[in-house]
Amino acid sequence: MALLSLRNIYKEYDNEEIKVPVLFDIDLDVEEGEYLVIMGHSGSGKSTLMNIIGCLDEATSGEYILDGEDVSKKSDNELADIRNKTIGFVFQTFNLLPKETAQVNVALPLLYAGVPKQERMERAKEALEKMGLGDRMDFLPNQLSGGQKQRVAIARAIVTNPKILLADEPTGALDTASGMQIMDLFSKLNEEGITIIMITHEPDIAAYGKRMVVIQDGRLKSAEKPKKIEQTKETLDETEPTEDNQE
Amino acid sequence: MRSFLTMLGIIVGVAAVIAVVSTITGTNEQIKNNLIGDGTNTVTIQLYRNGWPADFSYSDVPEGIPELNEKVRKDILDMDHVVNVSLIHMHTYVDSLYYHGHQLSGGQVFGIDENYFETAGYHVVLGRGFSTADFKDQRKIAIIDDTLKNSVFGGENPLGKSIDIVGEPFVVVGVVNKKSEFEPVINTVEDYYMYNDYSSGVLYIPDSMWPLVFRYDEPKQVIVKADSTDTMTEVGNQCKEILNATLTSTDQTIKYESTDLAESASQLQQLSSSANILLIGIASISLLVGGIGVMNIMLVSVTERTREIGIKKALGARKNRILRQFLMEAVILSGIGGILGVVTGIVLSKIISLVALIPTAINPYAIIIAVLFSMVIGVVFGMVPSIKASKLNPIEALRYE
Ligand SMILES: Nc1ncnc2c1ncn2[C@@H]1O[C@H](COP(=O)(O)OP(=O)(O)O)[C@@H](O)[C@H]1O
Ligand SMILES: [Mg+2]
Repeated sequence: MALLSLRNIYKEYDNEEIKVPVLFDIDLDVEEGEYLVIMGHSGSGKSTLMNIIGCLDEATSGEYILDGEDVSKKSDNELADIRNKTIGFVFQTFNLLPKETAQVNVALPLLYAGVPKQERMERAKEALEKMGLGDRMDFLPNQLSGGQKQRVAIARAIVTNPKILLADEPTGALDTASGMQIMDLFSKLNEEGITIIMITHEPDIAAYGKRMVVIQDGRLKSAEKPKKIEQTKETLDETEPTEDNQE
Repeated sequence: MRSFLTMLGIIVGVAAVIAVVSTITGTNEQIKNNLIGDGTNTVTIQLYRNGWPADFSYSDVPEGIPELNEKVRKDILDMDHVVNVSLIHMHTYVDSLYYHGHQLSGGQVFGIDENYFETAGYHVVLGRGFSTADFKDQRKIAIIDDTLKNSVFGGENPLGKSIDIVGEPFVVVGVVNKKSEFEPVINTVEDYYMYNDYSSGVLYIPDSMWPLVFRYDEPKQVIVKADSTDTMTEVGNQCKEILNATLTSTDQTIKYESTDLAESASQLQQLSSSANILLIGIASISLLVGGIGVMNIMLVSVTERTREIGIKKALGARKNRILRQFLMEAVILSGIGGILGVVTGIVLSKIISLVALIPTAINPYAIIIAVLFSMVIGVVFGMVPSIKASKLNPIEALRYE
């Protein structure tokens, strides 16, 4: 059985009598250990899909089975626990708590998991060391570079040993070198067994994934993933990669 | 700074409460000390006629007022909360006191029993007290109080000197003084009368000598020592009943009373209850204002920290945890406001006591209640913002800029 499977997902935003339909007929299965990339234009519904997968938002209709359980039947508190234990989030804008140190930021999900303080700090330290930030534990987010902030965010995402790492344009706010460093860390984590679902619109970032799907106008299409290194650079100069794959 | 402004309402409210309570407590304590007793817990029950203390020095004693005998004394002593009882004769403004041919105007003469000094809280500071033999042998000896010693003898040693009472010489054998001293506060005419009496000085003789100088059948006063200030009123009332039961007089206006006590107690109560209403008014208005302040700043805080809430929810924080976090902040905020208010209130009450010369006493219960109550305000007015925070939609909260 797939780790997660979406069937016939429909999603609309319901804002003051104006209904905005965003996703249609989404069918998606992700197996354990996969490294899936979701590409698409800005506004095509990538983040909306990611929020549904991450249990931050609920589909308007359709079925979502995560780790063998029907998400639509879960209470708010159960969804919070799923986000805490099964899923790790990495956002484009890092979303670190600005007044807390790197270590405290990383330890935060463990607090919600009920881990005692000493163990929390110890595990946060290990996760940061794994991200190469052993010497930045007591730094505040604004004392860190973009790439370092994102690595703190990744440490925070994996500190609870989740099954799935969800990343919404994780390199979107970073320079190329930092982006590559983040991608190397992702590949390493994937090799260790964590399932990764990553959103991006950059083809050379998408090239790090093992499988790719494209969202166009709220519909999902499977696609050939861009080739790594030089080849990718060429396609980047052309039009949007999604268009490439369509033809 | 912003938090401080928010706390201002609570600070003002609590400070006002503490200052008012301190002033009331201080005044009450002073009244209690001055009027009811200074720790000696002594109640005086005396005979009244037509609502005034009866003085039979110059008139005949009416029928139906039997002499208080040893049985009555024992009945009173057997009452609950009674430590000691003394029966005395007393004359005020005695004009037949002479020392070396000089009249001592306005002096008082007490005919006392063996228990009097102990019961009324006097102690011998010079010479000696009365012994059992003094009473039995009808010795013409006297003890004077400090006031009389100073006004008559000045620096001289009064011991061995003799004072004439209605022509009978009494030899001074001792000087007594009240165990604790206090400045009287004169609030009413009766207080004035009461303190003025004592200030003219007292001469004590053994009661067995009373018929030698005054009339034997004069009614006595009863001095009762209660076991605590709180039981004084009760003891006074019960004692009054026992004594009134002995009366057989046809004049219904003659009865034993312990008025000054009852009066001052009711004055006390009136003062505190009227002040309490004022207090509740001040407290509720300013704490309401303070509470609204807390609610306002918490709402602002929730809005400002929408993103933080979104992050925490994405990381798996349950609703209750977010709710608790914000409630806690509201409680801490208002609790600190309460503590600052207590400090301000204490300072304020000190200033009041210096400027207005009103005694103040810090009431520990008021402090605890004030701080706890401001925390309750935090819970009540922090509830709405905290619920709002806990119900935020995580995606919208994350998107918030
Ligand atoms: N809360 C919302 N209310 C209404 N429309 C929304 C809301 N969030 C997103 N949308 C719309 O849904 C579409 C998809 O948005 P999103 O999933 O963020 O796209 P992407 O991440 O691919 O850029 C956009 O047209 C956007 O305007
Ligand atoms: Mg997006």
